[in-house]
Amino acid sequence: MALPPPDPQFVLRGTSASVHTLHFSCGGPEPDIPLLFSGSENGFIHVWNLKTHRVDTALDGHGRKSVYCVETMGGKDRLLSQGRDQRICLWDLAEGRTSVTDSVFTEHVGFCRCSLLKVAQGRWLMAMAARSLEEVQILELPSKTSVCTLKPEVGAKLGMPMCLKLWQLNCDSQPVLLAGYEDGSVVLWNVSMGKALSQLICHQEPVMSLDFDVEKAKGISGSSEKVLSIWSLNEQQNLQVYETLELVNAGISDITIRPDKKILATAGWDHRIRIFGWKKLKPLAVLDYHTATAHCVSFSDHSNPRERLLAAGSKDQRISVWSIYAQT
Amino acid sequence: VCFIPGGLDCSISFVSHVLGKVCVHGRQKEILGVLVPHLMDLTKSDCIWQRICWRLVECVPDRWMEAVVLGFVQRAPGADVLSRLLGNLVVKNKKAQFVVTQKMLLLQYGHTTAVLQNLLGYLSLDSLRRSLLLRVLQELLETWSSSSAVKHSPAEQQLYISKAILICLSHLKEPEIESCRQELLTSMMEGVKCHLDSSLPQLRRLGMVVAESISSKINTEGPVLKFEYEEDDETRELKSLLVQTPPFCVVPSLPDDDRSEKAGAALPLVPESDEKPHTAAPVMPDEELDAELDSDDDLTPYDMSEDKELKIKTPVYIRDCIEVLTGSRAEDVDEWEAAVKALESLVRKNPAATREVSVELAKILLHLEEKTCIEGFVELRQRAQVAVLTTDPIPVAKYLTSQFYSLNYSLRQRMDILDVLVLAAQELSCPKFHGKTKHSGAQKPCIQLLPGSDSSKDWRRIVDERIKSKTRRFDMGRSHVELASCPNKFNSVAGHFFFPLIQHFDRPLTTFDLLGEDHLVLGRLVHTLAILMYLAVNTVAVTAMGKALLEFVWALRFHTDSYVRQGLLSCISSLLLSVPAERVLADMTEELLETQSWLGDVMEKDPDADCRRLALQNLLLMENLKKKLEAVPS
Repeated sequence: MALPPPDPQFVLRGTSASVHTLHFSCGGPEPDIPLLFSGSENGFIHVWNLKTHRVDTALDGHGRKSVYCVETMGGKDRLLSQGRDQRICLWDLAEGRTSVTDSVFTEHVGFCRCSLLKVAQGRWLMAMAARSLEEVQILELPSKTSVCTLKPEVGAKLGMPMCLKLWQLNCDSQPVLLAGYEDGSVVLWNVSMGKALSQLICHQEPVMSLDFDVEKAKGISGSSEKVLSIWSLNEQQNLQVYETLELVNAGISDITIRPDKKILATAGWDHRIRIFGWKKLKPLAVLDYHTATAHCVSFSDHSNPRERLLAAGSKDQRISVWSIYAQT
Repeated sequence: VCFIPGGLDCSISFVSHVLGKVCVHGRQKEILGVLVPHLMDLTKSDCIWQRICWRLVECVPDRWMEAVVLGFVQRAPGADVLSRLLGNLVVKNKKAQFVVTQKMLLLQYGHTTAVLQNLLGYLSLDSLRRSLLLRVLQELLETWSSSSAVKHSPAEQQLYISKAILICLSHLKEPEIESCRQELLTSMMEGVKCHLDSSLPQLRRLGMVVAESISSKINTEGPVLKFEYEEDDETRELKSLLVQTPPFCVVPSLPDDDRSEKAGAALPLVPESDEKPHTAAPVMPDEELDAELDSDDDLTPYDMSEDKELKIKTPVYIRDCIEVLTGSRAEDVDEWEAAVKALESLVRKNPAATREVSVELAKILLHLEEKTCIEGFVELRQRAQVAVLTTDPIPVAKYLTSQFYSLNYSLRQRMDILDVLVLAAQELSCPKFHGKTKHSGAQKPCIQLLPGSDSSKDWRRIVDERIKSKTRRFDMGRSHVELASCPNKFNSVAGHFFFPLIQHFDRPLTTFDLLGEDHLVLGRLVHTLAILMYLAVNTVAVTAMGKALLEFVWALRFHTDSYVRQGLLSCISSLLLSVPAERVLADMTEELLETQSWLGDVMEKDPDADCRRLALQNLLLMENLKKKLEAVPS
């Protein structure tokens, strides 16, 4: 007899707007407070204290335009946020400050979240959708110098980039970018050479979100259709389809693989969060709490595995936090 | 007719005279039927024979030249043969030039496409004659782009001219196109405007095809003009005329070349990886199952039986639908979609509830715009409107007809009103129509132009059937609903549908002038009135309607738009079929006589073939009417 799905461990209320992005920062040693950063449609970034379940700080840096991406850069003191005001802001949050130290004007009017990759101590690469329709720009942070611009060939008709993931196999190898586009294809780019290595048509509709497991060289992408597409990267750096997973209702907003690569979570337009096993893609649970589209889903980075959490943000302005499969 | 070649100087002018005389007496076919094949063989390689042939035709006296040239052009099996036979006759002889470049192209239009090909091919084959070809093209374009020609010349002539233009274009070479590019562009713009203004779908399509062809010729690189229209045999034939041997199209290859050169960051692996998904079976790591302990086993799934497909609740009450559609909760597009889809059936199932809010519903539906992308939105809306109108005819008809003549509606909305009135009238008068309305009111998704007279074809079929079976019907008397015998619901409301529509047609508003620019809507209005008249058979108001309609037709009978005239003639047909014969002859005698003489005029002189046919049918109907009544012993 299967158990009924668990209830959320707690629910964070108080954003007064749809929640579009979430990011945990719980890896710090005691006595650091575990934090959850959330970006909302009203332009605020809320810093939630996961001990008190209240907002510690609210950051207003995007002119009340929706914030759709938040990431920390090596710790909770440095935050990066991306908003619909076409800007990416870098924040300094140490010692109670809440100031924007730097910003990048992307001129991008879409919804493509940027992707960060730490390449060296104090140096990051950031991939973001650029001004021109099909291009992705790679910048080095914090210097904001452009490393390269990835342009698909003329006539490729990929459409806008929808989701990005920068990764590298290990510290010494070349950074590579996986980009999902509006026409449903995922392209693997070599960043240093600025060339595309492989392209795979995964969906008929735009790719809404993707995530990639670097060790197993396997990735997963979701779109507005009823299927999840799982693909792998072989030795020749070619993408090939591994499997497709049929969903009950169409539409996926976000997909995340847990850092220990055991499970993955999807946020769906049918208000539900689904958990699958990553190894064999076995459906594990359907978490039905929200009353509107779930926009984002994120796993925490707790160093103690038992404390690991899953957070989901939705259009119903709530953030649900779950503890699921934390024992393994 | 046999000649002895070699050194002898012979004069063949007497032969030319004979040829000319025979041709002018109408015997072109016989004589040229023998002559042309002979000459064709003889002139194939022999220059002397060619020159003899040319002398032959050149010596034909001017008064017979036309017949001869016409005969040759029609008889010759190809442009090159014609060139061999006639030589540069058109350049040397003024009359021949007139016949070839003016008379056959602009003043006549009965010749076949093959004849056109011969003629224009002939002009293009010699450098001396090519200047004539350009001149011909210019004159053809002038005619094609003149708005009065588009409005008044018959459709067959316009088709002929369009074909001629396309064939000319196919013969032109690059430098020639360069030299007259500007003129081509100007004529194309003017011509396309006149053609798109027309109410007849066939003319609009002709304009589109020709404009596309001209555009593709003058813009060999860069975007070309592309219209969306239904392909049919006619358009395919026209387009095929554009391509001649040697082939002329340069367009497709250029962009391909550019693309392959510019692909610096090429994706050489793309084709392979695209194919791989098709062939790759899911790579199941079967081996790993045995080798590795499946660590997924310790992740026990939870109960997922509650996970079902998300269903949007469809509204169950009409007032709920109204609330959703008026956008008091504008955010929820799923609910809006569900409301739109459910509305028609709700209206039909709850007539009492509908009657309470009928006018409000009608108002909402008239102004309803597509919020999200639903398939078949236009049809859904129309069916809902028809349902509302049939459930509560009188107030809703009053509302709709008053809105038809109000300010600030788009032409599309006004024509929607007409369509809805017709569909509802059909449903009310013939119960067996309910649910099977094959009336294609729905527009196709690629919209740019107002749709053509689909409704007129449908009803015309009905009227034609009626006309064919008319004697039988009259014999059977009054029952035109043979099957289901239930009261004709249209009876009580026919007048409410009809009279308000006919009332204000001559009163222009600032945004809507039926007698002026909006003649397309006038055409639709006239056709609608014809259908309403036809459906009003056996109703009480039919005689009054008939009289009003006759007056209406009389006022508009000289309208320049052929679509409107067709509508007027169909009004007369409906009238003659619906109003009982005795009433027609008793109440409308003088008007009928006047109408009869008008119909005779139309039958003889109207440029539009459909109008002439309809007028003839009406006259036949009138004849039958009279005979019927005379046969009945009084």
